Amino acid sequence: MSSQPSRKRRVEVEDIGDIAVVNFLEKKILDEQSIQMIGDDLFRLVDELGRRKILLNFGNVEFLSSAALGKLITLHRKVQGIQGKLVLCKIAKDIYDVFKITKLDKILTIAPDEQAGLQAF
Amino acid sequence: MAVELTIASDLGEARRVQETIEAALQTTGYSEHDIFAIKLALEEALVNAIKHGNQMDPDKRVFIAYSITAERFDIRITDEGAGFNPDDVPDPTAIENLERPCGRGLLLMRGFMTHVEYHGKGNVVTMTKIRDVPNSE
Repeated sequence: MSSQPSRKRRVEVEDIGDIAVVNFLEKKILDEQSIQMIGDDLFRLVDELGRRKILLNFGNVEFLSSAALGKLITLHRKVQGIQGKLVLCKIAKDIYDVFKITKLDKILTIAPDEQAGLQAF
Repeated sequence: MAVELTIASDLGEARRVQETIEAALQTTGYSEHDIFAIKLALEEALVNAIKHGNQMDPDKRVFIAYSITAERFDIRITDEGAGFNPDDVPDPTAIENLERPCGRGLLLMRGFMTHVEYHGKGNVVTMTKIRDVPNSE
């Protein structure tokens, strides 16, 4: 049951009521391999565990490039597909600009902090 | 100050260039906000050059020339790929393109830098960031 020892953990999932709160453990979400693994971990929450309410806390994240955005959109679609909801919170100002420029702030629900994020469901 | 570098089509080498430039920007007193913008544009442009331009071909190189002054940051990135027409890249903000990975990097480069321009067949990009003027002066 334990995860492979060689695989570094990239996200931490905490349950608050029926909401899966995901914290990113890496400050930079950049390279393809780690984005792939983060994507797999996030998709598993929906595809295997059937989680319908997911809150992504970006509090630890200092840098993120366009490569990561595709995964977030796919996750959003997956959650929508099972009538759930995805909320993002605690996004640093510079990273928020990444969402604004790509207009993803219009599609994704973004809350200022975790408390507001939990209330967005 | 003008620096010219040639790197292999390797994302690890690109990261090292980004770190060198970041350190130079910090030494020159650029704000965290400007450094974030430049780092992000560099990440997108170098990934484009290596992955889409050179197709990760280890025999192909990426040529980088940059200069940092107190007022502005300029960089030219040239790959050895076939080039592309930036006008052909689909609008990544259109609903039908939202899940497509392409185009978003280019959009971010344009959003975060003061000026971005592709040249020739599209394998050369120049980018400029005019520095934010601090309020305290």
